[in-house]
Amino acid sequence: MDWQIIQQSLPQFAKGFQETLWLSFVGIVGAMVVGLCCSLLQYFKVPVAKQLVSVYVELFRNTPLLIQLFSLYYAFPVMGLKMSAVTCGIIGLVFLGGAYMAEGFTGGFDGVSQTQIDSGKALGMSNWQLARYIVFPQGFSLSVPSLAANIIFLIKETSIFSVIAIPELTNTALDLIGLYYRSNEYLFVLVIAYAIILIPLSLLLTWLEKRVRYGTFGN
Amino acid sequence: MAERILEVKNLSKSYGDQQVLHDINFSLNKGEVMTMLGPSGIGKSTLLRCLNGLEDFQTGELVFEGQTIKPSAANWQQLRQKIGMVFQSYDLFPNMTVLQNITLAPIKVQKRSKQEAEAEARKLLKRVQLADYADAYPRELSGGQKQRIAIARALAMHPDLMLFDEVTASLDPEMVRSVLDLIKELSEQDHMTMIIVTHEMNFARQIADQVLFLDEGTILEQTAGKDFFTNPQTQRAKDFLASMDF
Repeated sequence: MDWQIIQQSLPQFAKGFQETLWLSFVGIVGAMVVGLCCSLLQYFKVPVAKQLVSVYVELFRNTPLLIQLFSLYYAFPVMGLKMSAVTCGIIGLVFLGGAYMAEGFTGGFDGVSQTQIDSGKALGMSNWQLARYIVFPQGFSLSVPSLAANIIFLIKETSIFSVIAIPELTNTALDLIGLYYRSNEYLFVLVIAYAIILIPLSLLLTWLEKRVRYGTFGN
Repeated sequence: MAERILEVKNLSKSYGDQQVLHDINFSLNKGEVMTMLGPSGIGKSTLLRCLNGLEDFQTGELVFEGQTIKPSAANWQQLRQKIGMVFQSYDLFPNMTVLQNITLAPIKVQKRSKQEAEAEARKLLKRVQLADYADAYPRELSGGQKQRIAIARALAMHPDLMLFDEVTASLDPEMVRSVLDLIKELSEQDHMTMIIVTHEMNFARQIADQVLFLDEGTILEQTAGKDFFTNPQTQRAKDFLASMDF
């Protein structure tokens, strides 16, 4: 292990680090929005939209992000839709993540016990009131663990962006290895860089899970 | 002159091929207390849940305060504001304080002012002897306390009829009394009309104006007040009473 090589590579890794961070952030926020919308369509059983959501979720959850990115980046231009690598990456991440997030939210809403819903109904609440005051608040807190797992998963998935030449962390490392053949050093920095993002985030999310656990307290 | 509040006419219910309630008929006057007795799992709770639309039924009809309710065609959301229900599992909302639990429906469903709803909720809390717990969360309460809050929550809607579904079944023996005393007080002081599914035989005997004894989804006996306990008509009821330790 040559520390000097590591030191010299740090500015480049810093750029990759930033790239990974902002792509992840945009992808996760987008995925949450798409996921929430989808799970609301399912919760309120909106005709047609509900079925479309199921198809979308199954399709994106059961195909690799790699293939989704290849389709967006290489196949879509053939059909006349050309997008930059970054756009493709973000779209891919948002829709992959959206499918997982939708499942996460839906799992939370489904987890609210029927007796809670019954007791709301027995008080004369409308479907909207049941959703607003009982199912959503409790469902969100139930879905936090799975949303948290999805967030970590999506950040790690950004490493696949390297195949469409987005200069994020993994791509930076692979480039450097290709240029200087120092795989030990660059892979070491790569692992550390991901750990710097993921370990604190993971701890933060665990703390958040504990904070919002009232939904599972029974009562 | 007793005023009829609820009439159940030829109510039957099935799950698919399996019929769970057979031709149920009974009526209840304002201020009366009815207890539904019988072995576990024979449809008492299901029948109770049919009375506020939590379960649907296939044939027959209900008449509640003069309004005829046909299966599946009822505006249950309106009706339920007049029919309170308390469950075995209390089901307070865990993400809200005791006060919020009680005032949620009065404020959101009945559109009463927050101030008025809270003032009433505090009065109700005093009545169920939990005045100090307004700002507590359900998880901080014992089972008996939760159940009394659940009763207060139902009362805050000013129901004309209260349904109690085995409300003491999951409580410690010493908690049971506080809940039963409260229900008794509702009957004696407020003349609240109530239908109570219970396995507490002593309590049922003390409180019931009418007893409905069910087995396998059918009413086997329908008797006034204490007669059921002193003079059961069917062998099934005699066996049932003999098996209950009271």
